[in-house]
Amino acid sequence: MSDTAPKPRPQFRNISPVDLMNYRLPMAGKVSILHRVSGALLFLCLPLLIALFAMSFVSESGFNAMSTVAGNPIVKLILLVLIWGYLHHFCAGIRYLVLDLHIGMDKESAAKSASMVLGVSLALTLVFGLKLFGVW
Amino acid sequence: MTPVEKIGPKRLVVGAHYGTLDFIAQRVTAIIMAVYTLVLLVGILTMSGFTYAGWKNLFTFTCFMLPVGQILATLAIISLAWHAWIGVRDIWMDYVKPVGLRLFLMVLTILWLVGSIVYFVHTLWRV
Repeated sequence: MSDTAPKPRPQFRNISPVDLMNYRLPMAGKVSILHRVSGALLFLCLPLLIALFAMSFVSESGFNAMSTVAGNPIVKLILLVLIWGYLHHFCAGIRYLVLDLHIGMDKESAAKSASMVLGVSLALTLVFGLKLFGVW
Repeated sequence: MTPVEKIGPKRLVVGAHYGTLDFIAQRVTAIIMAVYTLVLLVGILTMSGFTYAGWKNLFTFTCFMLPVGQILATLAIISLAWHAWIGVRDIWMDYVKPVGLRLFLMVLTILWLVGSIVYFVHTLWRV
């Protein structure tokens, strides 16, 4: 008989929001929960996005009025968050599709691809954000 | 006798599809939306100036008299709703344990998504 039985792993059950603040997720965990949060956000804002699309699509005057609507700082901020949500959900989703093909499954590659997803989606958000706020 | 809760080849299998359709639908709809996103992005980037006519054309262009732009956008919104249904349903199943409340939220989710499809498709096809 072997006497080198592994020590029981620490268990975290019924985590309260206070514990969540101190619970350090690995990179892949951060991407995962943000995938869920961004998806929920896009789901909740879907009618708003369709309304904006309808305005821009149905008439030329509506299309031209979009710049006024999007000129509102609050609308701009909401759009920026939704742009991040879409980009993060997109990039993380591509990562999951690749993982489904059993590519990059080992610990190091998975952590690396998770950091890439966070970085690329934030960088693209910056690019679209600069465009949105009319920097160029 | 083998315990029925045993997982594996000896498990007593009864009629259920264990979410295979949802698993595949979530991924197929994701690919459809990702491709459509890239198509739109290329369309916008190759536009000669961001004009109303160009924007409208992205969703209304025809091919051999077929309304391909509208059909693609309609397929994309249906993919989106199906994809969102699976994801949001998973959120309710993970966090909401009382069955009545969960059912209520699921019904609300379906109404929200079907309403969104109707709103989008109506807007898309009336021009």
